[in-house]
Amino acid sequence: MSVETVMNDQHNEDEGVVLTEAQKRARRSRSIAIALALAVLVILFYVMTLVKGPGVLVRPV
Amino acid sequence: MSFVSEGAKLTGPLAGAPDFAPAEPSLATGSDYFALLKPRVMSLVVFTALVGLAVAPGSLHPVTAFTALLCIAVGAGAAGALNMWYDADIDAVMTRTSRRPIPAGRVKPGEALAFGLTLAGFSVMTLGVLVNVYAAALLAFTIFFYVVIYTIGLKRTTPQNIVIGGAAGAFPPMIGWLAVTGSLSVEPALLFLIIFFWTPPHFWALALYRQQDFARAGIPMMPNVAGEVSTRWQIMLYTLTLVPLGIAPWLLGFAGPIYAAVSIVTGAIMLLLAWQVLRERAPAERASRNLFAFSILYLFLLFAVLLVERGWGGLLA
Repeated sequence: MSVETVMNDQHNEDEGVVLTEAQKRARRSRSIAIALALAVLVILFYVMTLVKGPGVLVRPV
Repeated sequence: MSFVSEGAKLTGPLAGAPDFAPAEPSLATGSDYFALLKPRVMSLVVFTALVGLAVAPGSLHPVTAFTALLCIAVGAGAAGALNMWYDADIDAVMTRTSRRPIPAGRVKPGEALAFGLTLAGFSVMTLGVLVNVYAAALLAFTIFFYVVIYTIGLKRTTPQNIVIGGAAGAFPPMIGWLAVTGSLSVEPALLFLIIFFWTPPHFWALALYRQQDFARAGIPMMPNVAGEVSTRWQIMLYTLTLVPLGIAPWLLGFAGPIYAAVSIVTGAIMLLLAWQVLRERAPAERASRNLFAFSILYLFLLFAVLLVERGWGGLLA
């Protein structure tokens, strides 16, 4: 058995759960949704900070 | 027990370990999670909150107003996701809800729970930080009320479930008002009462022609518990209370002549349809369907006219 074969076997053993194509597509869809949500949140906080100006630090409760 | 679902194969050192059950790879897509937010309910919540914002005295920067509406929408969506998490078992046996993401097997209950809690936390926190803490506090209470009081506490135990639970759907205009003013008054309370008294005729009309669905799920809706005749009378009584409340914004000087005309005409139609429901007997269901459909238009028209007539003063700085 060559060194390369042993390394490939080791690599296959480390793969863990192998996703089907449908699961990969679903994961991609979820990842895009999460990325978009985070982007919206970042933009929202950025724009709101500009809108409020120094008032953003005033937090009367 | 199977390790993995939908054809995914587990390889490597874990492949032969029968007692180990790692999380199954999910097939849920972004649109499944969006469906958890109950987008149609969310759109009504956003609309009524928008009216609360617009009719409130004072001004709000458009971006701040948008932020407030976004937070209210996401908060409502979070409540919807938590509702679907808790109700997955009864959703599975009702025709109307069996294709929802959890009973259909596309989203796991734990995923929906985590999703709902995360969105609830973020929406309340963001509203509090970027708009004001009073609106955020009421949004938090609304989510709590819908999930804990209505979904967990009332829905499966009492035929008054949607009467009391209807308050959750009536809070959004108050949240919108609070976002602008930071305080409450008669006007937002009136908007609350209109939605509160609109809810029973609306849902009981549906419950009349979906009785078997609710019975199969074991939900004690009014027609299943008190009977059809009693429900039809109660629909009439709630409609009799609702119609004057619908006209009240004009009577109290909060709204103008267009609102007066619309609220009187549509109120009369509501009463006529409630009367037809009162006279109808199963298996006929046309009057109930008509009342259910028109009640949506009724609420929409009242709030839309208020929005147009009172202008966008609360939205524009």
